[in-house]
Amino acid sequence: MHEHHAGTAATVQQLTFSLAGEEYGVDILAVREIRGWSRVTRIPQASAYMLGVLNLRGAIVPVLDLRLRFGLERESYDDNTVMIVVAVAERLFGIVVDAVSDVVDIDPATVKPVPDMGAIVDTRYLKGLTTHAERMLMLLDVEKLMRPEDVETLDAALPAVREVEVAA
Amino acid sequence: MATVDLSQFHQTFFEESHEGLDAMEAALLALDSGSTDHELVHTIFRAAHSIKGGAATFGFADMAAFTHVAESLLEEVRSERRAVDAGLIDLLLRSLDCLRGMLDRTSRGQPAADAGSEALRAELAQLVAGAPAPAAVQASAAPATGWAIRFVALPHLLQTGNDPLRVFNELQTLGRLEVLRAFVTESAPADFAALDPGQCHLGWELRLHGAVARADLDAVFDWLDGDCELAIAPLAAAATEAVVATPVPVAAATPAAETPAPAREATVASGAGHTDGGSIRVGIDKVDALIDMMGELVITQSMLSDIGEHFDLSQLERLREGLAQLERNTRELQDSVMRIRMLPIGSVFNRFPRLVRDLERKLGKQVRLELHGEHTELDKTVLEKIGDPMVHLVRNAIDHGLEMPEQRRAAGKSETGTLTLDAHHEGSNIIVRISDDGAGLSHERIRAKAVERGLVSATQPLSDDEVAELIFQPGFSTAAQATDLSGRGVGMDVVRRNVRDLGGSVGVKSVAGQGSVFTIALPLTLAIIDGLVTTVGAERYIVPLISIVESLRLPADAVRRTAGGGEVFRFRDEYLPVIRLHHAFGCADAVTAIERGIVVVVEDGGQRVGLLVDELVGQQQAVIKSLEKHYQQVQGVSGATIVSDGSVALIVDVGGVVRLGRRGKAA
Repeated sequence: MHEHHAGTAATVQQLTFSLAGEEYGVDILAVREIRGWSRVTRIPQASAYMLGVLNLRGAIVPVLDLRLRFGLERESYDDNTVMIVVAVAERLFGIVVDAVSDVVDIDPATVKPVPDMGAIVDTRYLKGLTTHAERMLMLLDVEKLMRPEDVETLDAALPAVREVEVAA
Repeated sequence: MATVDLSQFHQTFFEESHEGLDAMEAALLALDSGSTDHELVHTIFRAAHSIKGGAATFGFADMAAFTHVAESLLEEVRSERRAVDAGLIDLLLRSLDCLRGMLDRTSRGQPAADAGSEALRAELAQLVAGAPAPAAVQASAAPATGWAIRFVALPHLLQTGNDPLRVFNELQTLGRLEVLRAFVTESAPADFAALDPGQCHLGWELRLHGAVARADLDAVFDWLDGDCELAIAPLAAAATEAVVATPVPVAAATPAAETPAPAREATVASGAGHTDGGSIRVGIDKVDALIDMMGELVITQSMLSDIGEHFDLSQLERLREGLAQLERNTRELQDSVMRIRMLPIGSVFNRFPRLVRDLERKLGKQVRLELHGEHTELDKTVLEKIGDPMVHLVRNAIDHGLEMPEQRRAAGKSETGTLTLDAHHEGSNIIVRISDDGAGLSHERIRAKAVERGLVSATQPLSDDEVAELIFQPGFSTAAQATDLSGRGVGMDVVRRNVRDLGGSVGVKSVAGQGSVFTIALPLTLAIIDGLVTTVGAERYIVPLISIVESLRLPADAVRRTAGGGEVFRFRDEYLPVIRLHHAFGCADAVTAIERGIVVVVEDGGQRVGLLVDELVGQQQAVIKSLEKHYQQVQGVSGATIVSDGSVALIVDVGGVVRLGRRGKAA
């Protein structure tokens, strides 16, 4: 669909970042900007991983911490903390990660489905796995990150519901 | 030429056509009330002609064909070969409604023509051809063995206080009801997370068996006008066509049944046409003002950067001046930008002449409608949402307020009742008044009803104003006897709730025998509020100034614990609950001792509570930003705003916090 100077038409570009010693990738087309940490305003009744909202040039944008989202711990937020702002379906949100690494070309054919990795990583939020420079790269499904768990459960049931027709 | 993508102009065509239809309607109603101005006929003709031309250009053949026939008929009127009579105006009004329906269907990408429009087109064509209208193609309008009903709720149906369940219950009282099919409409979001539980995306295909009169059936759906898509056909006729499994309604199998089905369906659609908020038309003067303002801003900016380039202390005074000028420019620019969203209320008023005319016919009453202050401007968002509550009040006024001509004569009043709609500004509010010179509210009847419903006790002393307030209580229906128009429990509480949602209020004053006045007060804009900035722990929250009664510091012993674990304090003559904002919002490091914090007494829906915050920072105008755009709705928070240091502060939704507090106590 999109062509990039660095690769052939078949490859997709991923922005890679590290989190708890692992490498992740996020589709570069979803990334709007990378910025340093700034104080966020807490939101009532939000999940723990939802740090709050911040002002991004006049828009109120939620920020979530990927460590907390994956059930890991975060020691502190400081000037070295990095946030990736992504857009999904016109909605913006920030993801706090450990560090941003590189932009790499990935051949979709090399992407493998995610095996069950047990409790270490929540595999629901991954699109697939691939290898880059001899290291495993986990491709993040950003769309799913923002969804509360109960909505996901309902979503799974929804397609069936939409087709229901009642005959009395 | 062939490469031009015409679809980019579709929206403009739809908007212009709607405007054209509105103009036609206004002119037709003027003709109906006896005006003989020839210019009116020209207006109608011109509008029809432009719609026809546009429809043909964009390839909407059905619509072009329909308008073509209507135009031929109008041409005869224009050249005075055909006289204007009530029947003709009626037919043309029905054609208008039909065209609105066609426009809406086209804009949704559905086929424009349906059975109703085809029947109406045939009726028009026959009239043009000189033949009498097919008065009784299927004159056997004898009560059929039943009715086929296709009932599709529009998303906003529930918000108007309607309930499909009520419809089913009422249909069941008429005959045996059979549900053929229930389905989810296309308006339902594909993404379940985006589903708003306040919206209805359901439709039903029903069969009602039994000898039911059409009028009884219409009565059931009366309140749903504009809230649903409806097609009704006699079962005998439908049975043959029902084999064709298309969902297209078989509405017009009998074009001349006593209540013309196409007209009904189209009135329904006309309400829906105003909901999509694609674009606004802005007067060129407003844009020019904006450009002027922008010019000023650029000059100020260059002056300031000039000072900044080689700054020394001697220029401090100039810097101050420059900043003051910048502030002035910014404020003016803000005003001008806000004014772009302001539209005259006339666009809402315009739908009432038609409504009043229809109600007059139906109820056998005589009503003169007076409109004042059509040019009063208010925010587009408010404007779009104020229509439904106003329709409700106008219907109520005509149905309950104004008396029948003979009663009026007996009371020594003119037979024609007067209904006045008036809009004007008062401070930062807009006031809309709906007044009638009818019988006024019957305090005895309201009281009796309220006692019957258990809203008040029989012995409770109530002032007249307090009695009048009762009609806004949920579950109160004013009609002593349900007419087919109102008194179905779709009550004034819905009106009040809708107005409240817009940040406004509604009240009533009534004098027995002289009439009632309903007054709606609305904020000019929803985009900016005056707020009080407070701190709770490390967070800042903005409390809307309009809901604040008083702020006070309480001594520790002023707050008593109640049995349920709640806290109350005495404020003037009442005991108010304390809601600790740090509890409600879960803030750490907040002040927990009552005597060290501040209690802000707020009022919502007549209920007062005290909110405990740490400190008051000051007053600020807050530009409301949506939390939902990128995140989601949060209970107790109505939105967010950006404070002077660039960080985000949340705006407290007082009603939501009260509910949160209550739930917290229950848990």
